[in-house]
Amino acid sequence: MGIDWYSLFFYVLAAAACGFALAVVLSGNIVRMAFHLVMSLGAVAGLFFLAGADFVGALQLMIYVGGTLVLLVFGVMLTARGPFVSMQTSPGQWVLVGIVGAALLAVLLQAALSVGRWAEHGEVAAAPVAETRSTSGAIGMGLLGVRVDRLDTDRTNPASSDGMSGYLLPFEVISVHLVVVLVGAAYLARARRRIGSPNQPAAPVRALNGTPNP
Amino acid sequence: MAEYLAIWLPSWLAYTLAALVHVTLVLVVVLIAAAAFTWAERKVAGRLQDRLGPTRVGGRFGWLQALADGLKLVSKEDIVPAAADPFLFRIAPYLSFCASFTVFLAIPFANGWVGQNLDIAVFFVLAVAGLEVLGVILGGYASGSKWSLFGAMREAAQVVSYEIPLALCAAVPVMVAGSMNLVAIGNQQDGWFWNWLVFHDPFTFITLFVYITCAVASVNRAPFDLAEAESELVAGFLTEYSGFRWSVFFMAEYASMFAVSILASILFLGGWNGPVPITHWLGMVADPAAGYVPHPLWAYVGNLLGMCNILTKGTLGVIFMMWLRWTLPRLRIDQVMTVCLKYCIPLAAAMFLGAMLYTFSFPEGLLWHRSPGTAASFSSPGVHAWDGGGDTMKNEPLQGAFARARTQSTGSLGVRGKPLEGAPAGLHRHRDPGVNAWARERLLSADSVDRSRCDPLDRRRATPVAARGGC
Repeated sequence: MGIDWYSLFFYVLAAAACGFALAVVLSGNIVRMAFHLVMSLGAVAGLFFLAGADFVGALQLMIYVGGTLVLLVFGVMLTARGPFVSMQTSPGQWVLVGIVGAALLAVLLQAALSVGRWAEHGEVAAAPVAETRSTSGAIGMGLLGVRVDRLDTDRTNPASSDGMSGYLLPFEVISVHLVVVLVGAAYLARARRRIGSPNQPAAPVRALNGTPNP
Repeated sequence: MAEYLAIWLPSWLAYTLAALVHVTLVLVVVLIAAAAFTWAERKVAGRLQDRLGPTRVGGRFGWLQALADGLKLVSKEDIVPAAADPFLFRIAPYLSFCASFTVFLAIPFANGWVGQNLDIAVFFVLAVAGLEVLGVILGGYASGSKWSLFGAMREAAQVVSYEIPLALCAAVPVMVAGSMNLVAIGNQQDGWFWNWLVFHDPFTFITLFVYITCAVASVNRAPFDLAEAESELVAGFLTEYSGFRWSVFFMAEYASMFAVSILASILFLGGWNGPVPITHWLGMVADPAAGYVPHPLWAYVGNLLGMCNILTKGTLGVIFMMWLRWTLPRLRIDQVMTVCLKYCIPLAAAMFLGAMLYTFSFPEGLLWHRSPGTAASFSSPGVHAWDGGGDTMKNEPLQGAFARARTQSTGSLGVRGKPLEGAPAGLHRHRDPGVNAWARERLLSADSVDRSRCDPLDRRRATPVAARGGC
């Protein structure tokens, strides 16, 4: 008697992801929603680890589970007026959400089921996880422009780079963009400078639009 | 282990048992560490305040004090305040503990003794360690108390801010080592203590101290324990907790302290490689140059010594944090943020830049111990169970990847059509001229790679291009 641990953990994690995703939709308390979202995203990270994509899994943990949820909880706590915020959903919103969700599900299902390899090669999914574990090296090479999975393709024509051009330039552009956004946010959110002691009325400070502050 | 058990047992039972044994081992490390640290905290605090600390429980030194504390906490009533959100209030401590415990999944305790030998272990550890704050935020919010909410908000702000300099500091040894695999980083610091990454160059030396500051702040220890500031917030996010759940929060805190200490000892302080290479002298480490492979049992003893080594370093790190806690006064919240944003982040960024320029300019090192022969005598090609778990390119296509990219000359290093020889000379420099020439030769021809020349310690000297193209 053998247990397919890979499938077992896949089903457990998939069930957790789906179940907590449902709980996000169905619960009314907004912080509980955040908690359920954490659990759902964490289960998805577990699926990534199970599939051998440890880099993507760790990214999921750091960016989605860590960053987004901390920000979400921050936002909820800083904007809530009552102690435990509940959200009431009207029937019209349920209908709308149902339509949008069903449409998205249909698209995703169609995309997932149209991938031929899953149906044809059943053993692909059951490949040993350990062999596909170290993916970060290949991803790093891909960033530099060396696609290890396409080394055999004919690349005599430089025009058809076929994903071999690397992503360093887009990466740098996005990084600089984010830095600019951060600096701008810090500039907008900064405390106004006070001239003189706190007890005395502050000298008029010119605001961003040029009008003096009251 | 599972394969070994499967000889006698049905395979499903063997796998279950093996998994349980491994999980239990890590859990025992965490729990015993937490118990020992509560006792040590009391003793250290007592000594620093010129008193004795616990003396009676369990005979001398009060060494059973942790057990007595645990019994007291378990026997306390488990109170959920009327104003609380009961579900989140109950589950929050376990969230914190899960995050702290999961960190140990990827932390090696000796060469190859690791739950999961991840390629991206450093990244994983940092990602998971940052999740501990979620339990704190949820607990503080769900308590329905102002003190708890204030404490949780403070902790959230602090931990989220300090993650940035912490990650920057961890990136410096990762860059010097050329790998995010903690086993590989530890193995590169083999031999004498001057092979430790903290002594690699002046920048990594300073980085260690920035790392310590950020680590203390990110695990919420004094002088950065704003979240539990007793004089202002009663007990911060812990105000409404009692009994077992309170102790779970504390176990999570001690586990995090231990985790960041062990991470520091692997990244900077040699990991399981002692200040003196005793295991080499005793022949517990393989030496393929001499064709020497130790008896498996003897190698196991060597690993055991290495584990004692790293646990000692981690414990010393935790005791250092206790020393700080009972010596320094608590900072104000604005001072905490100032330390992070105005000092730690610029310092860490400058050290990152400096270490990068240093390794680029002096790939062979400036100091005497970097000369060939000293370190190399302890590490010869292909040593140390370099089992491919690192960033060695196991995939066959990768081995000639850069070489092919170069020969096809469509540019892989950013500049299209520019051959690799155009790269700066330092890019190919290497400590060992033989390896250097070999790496260059491998880069220029897409032949199969002679694996025996792949040396983990030499990889530190190699630039990423040479390393990835070669190994």
